[in-house]
Amino acid sequence: MKPAEYYMRDRLHHPPAKSENYKTSVTRSPQYALLSLENSLSEITGPVFSHSDIDPLDNDLLKNYSHGGDPIGERIIVHGRVLDENARPVPNTLVEIWQANAGGRYRHKKDTYLAPIDPNFGGCGRTMTDADGYYYFRTVKPGAYPWRNWVNNWRPAHIHFSIFGAAFAQRLITQLYFEGDPLIAKCPIVQTVPDAGAIEQLVAKLDMNASVPLDSIAYRFDIVLRGRRSTLFENRLEGN
Amino acid sequence: MKYLKETPSQTAGPYVHIGLAPRAAGFDIFKQELGRDIAGPNAKGERIRVEGCVYDGTGAPIKDVLIEAWQANADGHYAHPEDGREIEDGFRGWGRVITDFDTGHWGFDTIKPGATPGRNGTTQAPHINLWIVARGINLGLNTRMYFSDEDNSTDPVLNLIEQSHRRQTLIATRSQGDKGVTYRFDIRIQGPDETVFLDI
Repeated sequence: MKPAEYYMRDRLHHPPAKSENYKTSVTRSPQYALLSLENSLSEITGPVFSHSDIDPLDNDLLKNYSHGGDPIGERIIVHGRVLDENARPVPNTLVEIWQANAGGRYRHKKDTYLAPIDPNFGGCGRTMTDADGYYYFRTVKPGAYPWRNWVNNWRPAHIHFSIFGAAFAQRLITQLYFEGDPLIAKCPIVQTVPDAGAIEQLVAKLDMNASVPLDSIAYRFDIVLRGRRSTLFENRLEGN
Repeated sequence: MKYLKETPSQTAGPYVHIGLAPRAAGFDIFKQELGRDIAGPNAKGERIRVEGCVYDGTGAPIKDVLIEAWQANADGHYAHPEDGREIEDGFRGWGRVITDFDTGHWGFDTIKPGATPGRNGTTQAPHINLWIVARGINLGLNTRMYFSDEDNSTDPVLNLIEQSHRRQTLIATRSQGDKGVTYRFDIRIQGPDETVFLDI
């Protein structure tokens, strides 16, 4: 099968660049229309990663910054599959995550929230999907934390996800939220997403079958990247 | 036919460095941070530095941006199986750079890419594909950087820009200094000189 174009990104399914209630977006959103491109080789290619780029422990946030102990907090497994819009697995792709600790504090020189740093928690991990697009991480459930938007906004517990896919056109950063969190409905960042069904895609579901008895509870989070056409009957990418 | 919908984007937030550049966040965790070396040691072509700043709608530098670059080698080949043409050992063509927290300036070292195949037999002028994320950016912004010393007049993407004066926002300015060749590429998120962003 020859390489083909990716499906047009459905921008009505994504947050608009400017969301008045997420104040920082007001001056960080383009005002002119984006220029729509049909895919060329520059868009259907993208960086390729391998297991030699990462270490086996990188996906275990309980251990990858251990300084003599485990981090404090609710031990969780976050797992799922990376699929495309055709429901096909996206294999061998890099997934990176970062998050606050169980108290809602980030290990970042710019975070000054009064909750304490956890000496045994770095807060980042990465892994490669397997041949079925499957990935998993072990970590602690992050805490909610306040942020200055309106004066009393709180971010729901969340984990940031960065996913590459096979093409620069598939590159995506998003956030995972946890089923049942009452802060989801109140968060101006979550609510930048205009569609309730789309927000539901960001909510990881409690997954008792994947939990480890007397050890860790599990959440399931499947990620969907853009799909692509499978034929080149028209609008050929290359050739004369 | 049942299709799935793409997972919606969310902002990378102010602490994107923890996950994607932890040393900048202030700690050491991974044996190797990814995206530090775009071209590798064996790359052909002219070694260059690319520098710039991203400005918000008030004209202030954005100091918590992360930019990813994706480019071809000096022959215009991408290091990807669907290109499939020859590539130097160690050339990935992808890099990741963050801004200085105090000034908002960013810069990366690479090689100047060659022209790449466009659609329907056209040729694209040499360019670096850029993807910009930050707090306040809800969906990563795509753009391209072209080179001021190249003939960009027949590039099929630049020529799609209806207001021809806006094409200049995608062209980096070359200068020769003591340390070599530098291209300056400033990105303006808003304003009369707003950079042309792409829906790829």
